[in-house]
Amino acid sequence: MREHMEELITVTDLKKHFPLQKGFLDNLLAREKGFVRAVDGVSFSIIKGEVLGLVGESGCGKTTTGRLILRLLEPSAGEVLYKGKPILSYSKKDMEKMREKMQVIFQDPYASLSPRMAIGKAIGHPLIIHNNYDKAELRQRCLRIMEKVGLTPASFLYRKYPHQLSGGQRQRVVIARALVTNPEFVVADEPIAMADVSVRAMILELMVQLKEEFDLTYLFITHDLATCKYICDRVAIMYLGKIVEMGPLEEVFKNPVHPYTATLLAAVPVPDPKYRRTHPIPKGEIPSPINPPPGCRFHPRCASAKSMCSIHEPDLLEVGPGHMVACFQ
Amino acid sequence: MEPILKIEDLSVHYPINIGTVRAVEEVSLELHQGEVMGLVGESGCGKSTLGFSILRLLRPPGKIVGGRILYHGRDIVQMSEREILSLRGRKIAMIFQDPLTSLNPLFRIDQQFMETLFTHEKGLDKKEAFNRAGRMLESLGISPERLLDYPHQMSGGMRQRIMIGMGLILNPDLLIADEPTTSLDVIVEAQFLDLLNDLRRQFDLTIILITHNLGNVAQLADRITVMYGGTIAEIGPANEIFDEPLHPYTQGLLASIPNIKLDQPKLETMPGSPPDLVTPPPGCVFHPRCPHAKKICKHEIPEMTERDGHLVFCWLYR
Repeated sequence: MREHMEELITVTDLKKHFPLQKGFLDNLLAREKGFVRAVDGVSFSIIKGEVLGLVGESGCGKTTTGRLILRLLEPSAGEVLYKGKPILSYSKKDMEKMREKMQVIFQDPYASLSPRMAIGKAIGHPLIIHNNYDKAELRQRCLRIMEKVGLTPASFLYRKYPHQLSGGQRQRVVIARALVTNPEFVVADEPIAMADVSVRAMILELMVQLKEEFDLTYLFITHDLATCKYICDRVAIMYLGKIVEMGPLEEVFKNPVHPYTATLLAAVPVPDPKYRRTHPIPKGEIPSPINPPPGCRFHPRCASAKSMCSIHEPDLLEVGPGHMVACFQ
Repeated sequence: MEPILKIEDLSVHYPINIGTVRAVEEVSLELHQGEVMGLVGESGCGKSTLGFSILRLLRPPGKIVGGRILYHGRDIVQMSEREILSLRGRKIAMIFQDPLTSLNPLFRIDQQFMETLFTHEKGLDKKEAFNRAGRMLESLGISPERLLDYPHQMSGGMRQRIMIGMGLILNPDLLIADEPTTSLDVIVEAQFLDLLNDLRRQFDLTIILITHNLGNVAQLADRITVMYGGTIAEIGPANEIFDEPLHPYTQGLLASIPNIKLDQPKLETMPGSPPDLVTPPPGCVFHPRCPHAKKICKHEIPEMTERDGHLVFCWLYR
């Protein structure tokens, strides 16, 4: 079914290696330069209108992947197609135009808003960059989007500064600013991680509602599998710069194939005192992406690791309709 | 049995330039020996302030302006600085949210353990202190060799375990854990909560677990206190709080958290946002957001209703 639908984003073998700073001694001894392999060969596609959840622990490369797609970072290798167009080869100017259609929502609404800019102005800022509207029209468009995201009364809040707003309102401002240019694709990087419990649900519902209204496609980056359930159509699980499992949300949640996915699902805290965990939690933590383990990157922590897992790296293979897993089992 | 900790009508205020933040307002709470009490609420509800005031570690201008905190019957509020020093760490320990900033980056782990030990137990043999630190690491599931490491050589989860070890090395009977897992990843968080559950039995601890994450308390707490706007909304056994929450705030909070094991298609949302504690709403602080608010809620502070050890502060039940 998916083949007939339009692929909005196609990512092929995307890599980002950050060079490590070399010390004096390393230079002297001509040691080889090290790299942090933040993203190490990631491929996926996002169909128009769907929400793909990119899930993993800190340091797995999920945020870097999001930034690479928007070219907020330049990839070391790989390809990103936007509606079939290779945006990685675009000039700076062309890319700026593209950004009207590709927007981003960051995690921290405190850090991503200028404290000296009234929120009406902050929301209108992308429009000034991308178009030249006259003042009245600019204001109208801002007020309209503010109402859509629930920043009401809009004309009253228009002049307020970020410190005069609550955390939830601030996150709405960030969302409004991302949507004011009428984008098609939004990268939402942990949009609710900073918010309070009662605000989280509100922002999440708002994002679902806006998606329908504006016909949006999201890449939803999160560490929290439980929130994925309420917004994502498909999920991709990342571990140390690689996707280990990807598929329709229900399928992955009900039948996780990769041992890491199963562990991650089991570790999610369940708000029910009667619930008892059945899956064991492995010891140890995510290793350094500077020298990732050879073979399957999860093998040192995997309960069902075999000898071949430490030598060969498993490919991402289809195990069911649209369900891909990188594991030898 | 006498409660290990009894808080009576505690009020903590922060005088600031635009008025007074009523961070904790007439809060009463009892803690029994060996129980884990989950102290739950959103940011600014006063849960951390309450935790800090038990050790009298409030940051200025925060001040206890009324009430008593009885620890084994002795009032902490009235204690001299000297008395409180003998309690801190030795009898009541506290662990904080961020293990990276709570450990000194310039000292090895063994040195940090020994500093704690020598401060409280004068004349302790150095070798004995080292061995005790080593044994503590073992019960935390860390190899004692790691004592010679510096904090930056350890992972986040290990550092948080070291923090709890430093808290427990003097054998306290009360542990206050303020958002201990907030900076940890899910898997490490699960490991840490399991460890806390082990240690609780091993060291016969009474724990106050301060958190905004209802999933965490569900697995660990015996009883739960829900705070809102500097006041207590509800106190009850953990399973009752989750199965039959009485206070409308608790009900709203529970309906708005994602549960991976449930088939709820949509999350409920609570309108509005938490109150400004400089000018809290009159009557019940929750009434502007409450779907059941009545006339009385707007001008009278709700009285306590008790049903078999389950306390609720709401006019619905009077």
